[in-house]
Amino acid sequence: MTATTLPGTRVRRRARRDAKSRNPLLYVAALVVVALSLGPVLVGVIGGFRTNAQLAEDPAGLPDPWVLDNYLNVITGAEFWRYALNSTAIALITTGLVVLLGVMAAYPLARYRFRGREALFTIFVMGLLFPATVAIIPLFIIVTRDLGLGNTWWGVALPQAAFALPLTVVILRPFLAAIPTEIEEAALLDGASRLGFFWRILLPLSGPGMVTVGVLAFVTSWNNYMLPLLLLQDRMRTLPLGVADFSSEHAADIAGVYAFTTLAMIPALVFFLAMQKRIVNGLQGAVKG
Amino acid sequence: MADGATRAPSAVATAAAAGPAQETVRTPRTDPPAGPAAAAARRRGISWRQRLEIAVLVAPALVLMVVFVAWPVLRAVQWSFFTWKGYGPLVDFVGLANYVSILTNDVFHGAVRHNLFVVVASIVLQLPLGLAIALLLNRPMYGQGVLRTIVFVPYVLAEVIAGVVWFQLLQPRYGVIDAWLERFGLSGPAQGWLGTPELALYAVMIVLTWKYLGMAVILMLAGLQGIPHDVTEAAEIDGASWWQTQWRITIPLLGPTMRTWAFLSMIGSLQLFDMVWILTRGGPANATTTMATFLLTEGQRRANYGIASAASVVLFVIALVMALTYQRFILSRDNTVDSPRRGKR
Repeated sequence: MTATTLPGTRVRRRARRDAKSRNPLLYVAALVVVALSLGPVLVGVIGGFRTNAQLAEDPAGLPDPWVLDNYLNVITGAEFWRYALNSTAIALITTGLVVLLGVMAAYPLARYRFRGREALFTIFVMGLLFPATVAIIPLFIIVTRDLGLGNTWWGVALPQAAFALPLTVVILRPFLAAIPTEIEEAALLDGASRLGFFWRILLPLSGPGMVTVGVLAFVTSWNNYMLPLLLLQDRMRTLPLGVADFSSEHAADIAGVYAFTTLAMIPALVFFLAMQKRIVNGLQGAVKG
Repeated sequence: MADGATRAPSAVATAAAAGPAQETVRTPRTDPPAGPAAAAARRRGISWRQRLEIAVLVAPALVLMVVFVAWPVLRAVQWSFFTWKGYGPLVDFVGLANYVSILTNDVFHGAVRHNLFVVVASIVLQLPLGLAIALLLNRPMYGQGVLRTIVFVPYVLAEVIAGVVWFQLLQPRYGVIDAWLERFGLSGPAQGWLGTPELALYAVMIVLTWKYLGMAVILMLAGLQGIPHDVTEAAEIDGASWWQTQWRITIPLLGPTMRTWAFLSMIGSLQLFDMVWILTRGGPANATTTMATFLLTEGQRRANYGIASAASVVLFVIALVMALTYQRFILSRDNTVDSPRRGKR
């Protein structure tokens, strides 16, 4: 008897769990959350379609008529694209360095057995303790004077990569360690060297881990403000710097500021939508690690 | 070469024989071959070729971290004992004078207080709100995926970009918030939310909550996914209401996630810079300074590198002490629960 009724109840229970709620209060609460989350962003987007005269008359109104000028001015100007290029280049260099050096360092830490391995790993873990804020003032002097990299892409990307490496190695090590030893033994039996195994088998297999740390490094670099603020001027500025400066230089042109800011949001939002799973995974990985 | 290749394994073997805890202890190179363990040792030991591989693989990362993390941090410690304006040799040794100066400085005191306020307020505001929204979004409903994405949007935007928008929203009279208040017959403060010293820190705090709530929600949603359905179902079958199930079962099981989130939030709050710099620059009348804005103002604007370095060392020590205390007294609960399970694996 029980044997026949049990599957039935289980199916019914699952159906109940998957049933969408019809409680209207739930949807009202969800709408409030959506409005609060998106409200400020939408004010910026819509404000970009208004004129300064409209904004002065009623700051909280809707565009009447809708104007494209603010957005067109930003898109047709060189400034925005220049900043976007700098942001992209710096983020790509940072990501490339972090993923390459991170996976190289994590490989022996995960799969070689040698004395001092845990001590070496501890060095990377210790790196997590030092936020860039603590080192920012000497970094500025070292990058500009000692290395002569002030106001360059590399001058920002190298320190960013260095500060991202500890977390990268901490996340990647378990990823690389989880690949079964049988695969490694088979490869070695077939005559692959350990570096050959690393290059031809381990790297492709650890793709998801590398994407996760890569996305984290990219987003962090893209949003970074403090280091570029000290190191970059004029044509070399990144989007966050450009947005902040545009907003203080064109304080009277609020509609222009809204348009500029809105356009600067788009790359991050598109990137996020494309990489949503990876970003969330990365954050969870960071928590577990 | 051959010399090292034969001896290295035996050294490792004795170390391994002495117990895994001492793996890192360096054993004398003149150890006798470890008899029966030698065969196992040969497999564990590493050749010179492998040592070279390890060095080549790890060195680039280490070099980068030494040059751009360790070196600047050590320089900051060094500079904190000097008066230095950024040019000329480092000769004006002043001992602890810079530390005395900032520790008796009202602006720096204010900065530390503001940081601590943000640490506490972030947890007090975002923990219940984040939990409530996560529980809401965890219920099966239409548009769940879209909702989860939308909640996360503020977190994805750069702090600077979010800050610039909020700066406009919070403007006195012409800002959208004051305009809305006016519709309801209310009016915002005359100096603006960000321009009134008594209100500025609270205004910054609200913007920070908007910006970072999504992070708490996403982490807690992930934690909720980790709670087995059987447990909550069993409670439901036993007649527990939805509220009882959440309060008695889900929330306690979410403990580790909440504690880890609070740790991340605390570390972030101590380094708060971008949002404050955009919204208020630490003003009005130093009402919103943080340790980070303090050290940047001293270092960049006033070229007081000694003072700025001392401030960064103090920031590091405060963050480290708080992190270690938290680990010791709060996160350790999760670890002790975890360790037997780990042992079985």
